[in-house]
Amino acid sequence: MVLKITQLAKRYDPGAMDVLKAVSLEMAAGETLALTGESGSGKSTLLHLVAGLDRVSGGSIEVDGADITRYSDAQSAEMRRRVVGLIFQQFNLIPSLTVESNIAFHARLAQRHDPEWAAHLSHTIGLEDHLDKYPEALSGGQQQRVAIARALAARPKLLLADEPTGNLDETTADAVLKLMLESAAEAGTALLMVTHSPRQAGRMQRCLTLSHGVVQASGAPP
Amino acid sequence: MTRLGLAALLSHWRRNPWQFATLIAGLALATALWSGVQAINAEARASYDTAADVVSGSGLQQIRRADGLPLSIADYVALRREGWQVSPVLEGSLARGDSSLRILGVEPLTLPQAAVTGEAAVQSPFADDGIFNKPDVVIVHPEDVAVFEGQSVTLQTDAARPRGTALADIATAARLLQSSDNITRLLVAPDQPLGLASLPPEYSLLQAAPRNDVARLTESYHLNLTAFGLLSFAVGIFIVYGAVGLAFEQRRGVFRTLRALGLPLRNLMGLLAVELGVFALIAGAVGVTLGCLLAAALLPDVAATLRGLYGAEITGQLQLRPVWWLSGLGMALAGTGIAAAAALIKLARLPLLSFNHPRAMSMHAAGVGRWMAAVALGLFVIGAAIAMTGQGLFAGFALLACLLIGAAFCLPLLLSGALHLAQRFHRGTLAEWFWADSRQQLPGLSMALMALLLAMAANIGVSTMVSSFRLTFTGYLDQRLASELYLTTESQAEAEDILAFLKREGVTVLPIIWQELRIGGLPAEIYGIRNHATYRENWPLLASVPDVWDRVAAGEGALINEQLSRRNDLQPGDRLETGDMVLGVYSDYGNSAGQLVISDGLFAQRYPDVSALRFGLRAANPQELAARLDAQFDLEADALINQAELKAFSLAVFERTFSVTAALNILTLSVAGLALLIGLLTLATLRLPQLAPVWALGLTRRHLAALELLRAVCLASVTCALAVPVGLLLAWVLLAVVNVEAFGWRLPMFLFPLDYIKLGALTLLAAFLAALWPALRLARTPPDQLLRVFSNER
Repeated sequence: MVLKITQLAKRYDPGAMDVLKAVSLEMAAGETLALTGESGSGKSTLLHLVAGLDRVSGGSIEVDGADITRYSDAQSAEMRRRVVGLIFQQFNLIPSLTVESNIAFHARLAQRHDPEWAAHLSHTIGLEDHLDKYPEALSGGQQQRVAIARALAARPKLLLADEPTGNLDETTADAVLKLMLESAAEAGTALLMVTHSPRQAGRMQRCLTLSHGVVQASGAPP
Repeated sequence: MTRLGLAALLSHWRRNPWQFATLIAGLALATALWSGVQAINAEARASYDTAADVVSGSGLQQIRRADGLPLSIADYVALRREGWQVSPVLEGSLARGDSSLRILGVEPLTLPQAAVTGEAAVQSPFADDGIFNKPDVVIVHPEDVAVFEGQSVTLQTDAARPRGTALADIATAARLLQSSDNITRLLVAPDQPLGLASLPPEYSLLQAAPRNDVARLTESYHLNLTAFGLLSFAVGIFIVYGAVGLAFEQRRGVFRTLRALGLPLRNLMGLLAVELGVFALIAGAVGVTLGCLLAAALLPDVAATLRGLYGAEITGQLQLRPVWWLSGLGMALAGTGIAAAAALIKLARLPLLSFNHPRAMSMHAAGVGRWMAAVALGLFVIGAAIAMTGQGLFAGFALLACLLIGAAFCLPLLLSGALHLAQRFHRGTLAEWFWADSRQQLPGLSMALMALLLAMAANIGVSTMVSSFRLTFTGYLDQRLASELYLTTESQAEAEDILAFLKREGVTVLPIIWQELRIGGLPAEIYGIRNHATYRENWPLLASVPDVWDRVAAGEGALINEQLSRRNDLQPGDRLETGDMVLGVYSDYGNSAGQLVISDGLFAQRYPDVSALRFGLRAANPQELAARLDAQFDLEADALINQAELKAFSLAVFERTFSVTAALNILTLSVAGLALLIGLLTLATLRLPQLAPVWALGLTRRHLAALELLRAVCLASVTCALAVPVGLLLAWVLLAVVNVEAFGWRLPMFLFPLDYIKLGALTLLAAFLAALWPALRLARTPPDQLLRVFSNER
């Protein structure tokens, strides 16, 4: 299993309501899973916990066979470098680096930079002619494609995407998702994607719906 | 990972070269002002050390003839035969063309070891194998060599020697000065043989002046310079704080991304520290170089000031000294550390998942503003406690620091209040937006405005102090130097001849007669004065008993100077340890020693052996009288001093002082202007999302640019208005607290409203110029750049 979550709980303040309650799920290598639910249901919180960006209140998370819930800041950081790839709704590219440097950045950080693979990804996302530009010169869809290439360039085992198409129009969103799914499949990467869109969720292998921090439904996408 | 992280961080500066230039310029200027002042101080102190190296006799007792006649070799021989361990010193002036040189002749074999200190001791010209074993050797500064052209001497150059003073064996000095038999003074060795006979009555023993007299006097001047340098440094650090803080805010997203991609927080903090450390060293090196140039430009004026005010010899030339290089680089590192500490702490506490909320900076700033106001209040309370209970120079400067930092910390809250008030009384939608938008900009500009406040307050404070000093001192000179001519005679016989001549000419003569003594263990001087209207009408009395002059004339007591009054807490009616009652206290600027004045009759009773060799002459036409005296008695060049020339010289000294303070004032104000420019430039890019909607709603870019200019001038105007009371308070602390602690006297404070108005106009001009460039950039911003704001908002 690439990801195994058992009885996961998250509470931000003592005495406050649990944001996540007894959530469990498993993901195999190369599997794609959509995480859906209304706003405030705990989708993004779950993703942040899996990425080691936040601390759990209970339960466990195993990423690539290792329990990350007791990881230190440095261990979490190493896990994010070597095992996980992240795609944000706001793209979060580094504005002072060129497109090419942004794509290579995570892979270099993980000491897994493969120029041929990076060039292939650049070609796949259709931005090989924009490599020397800075993010500010790209449209939102182009920036998100750079973010996808950056996340995949390090060949992560698990790709975590937080509403990656939330800022894009429908046509661009479809294109970006297609690219993400194809690239992840090519790299053998599992994909856990938070989305509000049933249309987007329908293109994943499985779907898990959260409501008030509890798993409401799990199975094939609607 | 480290290299990659650093590259990502540094890429920000590559993409924002102006911000980088701002940071480096701010730090470099701050370091330049600091190290420039340090260089001046280091050079001056080194000059004192060198000047005091040999021979001046400071720290040693000296023997002179009681009758005031010059000492001769026969006197020296007689005293040595009596068993007195004394060493002769011959001092005189060697002129050649327009330049002249002071020759100090010493007798190497008998010169007391205590007279040989500092660098001369290290060079040891007096050692057995020293250069004085060779005949006709003269040690000179390399630039004084020309004076010896045509003289048959062996010149030994020494760059460490003060310029204008040469050291030689007494025989060589006598030959050069054509003085075959005279000795200027006899230095008394500290260790004298047991059972030594008492000093013959024809000689008098002069107590040793404290060795560090010059240093003590000039220390205050240096302390003031250091304080000014530190203040300038603080102004520069505000720039660095602003630039670093803004860069951290701008890179907040990058930090989050880097961490999300796996760069540990510790590594990120370390990389930022390394980044800033490297910048600090680069800027520090640039700053020290600039400081060196600044010091080289100002040193001649400082040297002239110190020479004029205190008689301290400064070479006027700069040498590169490791101590202020290190000090400059250390200050740059420390300043950057202080400026970046808050940003680093904020980064350490920044939750990894916090989003870049558009109002995050201003929301955070509001909290910081309240926190700063609380700190300011605390500083004012501490300052008040120091003002009431503190003593010493350190307490004075601590009070200054509390006042200035407290005032600067209050500024954001006061500006916010002023803008809030303006917003309440606005008319029209545009005005409402203008004031609201100004308040929103305040957090980004507050550091620069604080720097502006400090710079202007420092300018007002220092200018008020120097101008008050000048006004008081010139007024004081008018009072104390009431006689038109001052005559110094070489002997009693010459004095009697000249007095007889003056009596025939009907000139009023006021003898100046004094004796050194110690009061409270410290050196002091007692003067005997004649009962004359000159004193009654002119002397600047600060406090006195009724009929003070009649009572002084009747020998009922003494007048004392302000220094003695403050030091020994003596007021009119108190009794001195000499037995005299204090009848009055007079101001005595420029003198560190205590002073008493009694009637000449009482003085003659107390010191029958002391006779007057100096005289004040009242003359309707001093030039004519001087010419006749010179023609009649062939007087030495410095025997007659014209009061008008002395005053002119004193004023010239002040002009020099002014040029130093004016240069530092302009530099500090420039630094503050630069801080504002930097703040506005760096904010310009962040401003687009705020300005684009207003532009889209129908305001032209030119109109927006004009409003930006108006905003900068409005903010600077309020800052100026607040700087005036802070500057006046600063001046008061300098005059009434620091000056009293440093010099022993209190200067009255005068106000110079016209100067303040000029300074205010200059500050507004600086603010206008600082805002001009960003405003022009805004006016020329391409529409597609403004439109991009909307496309990015999706």
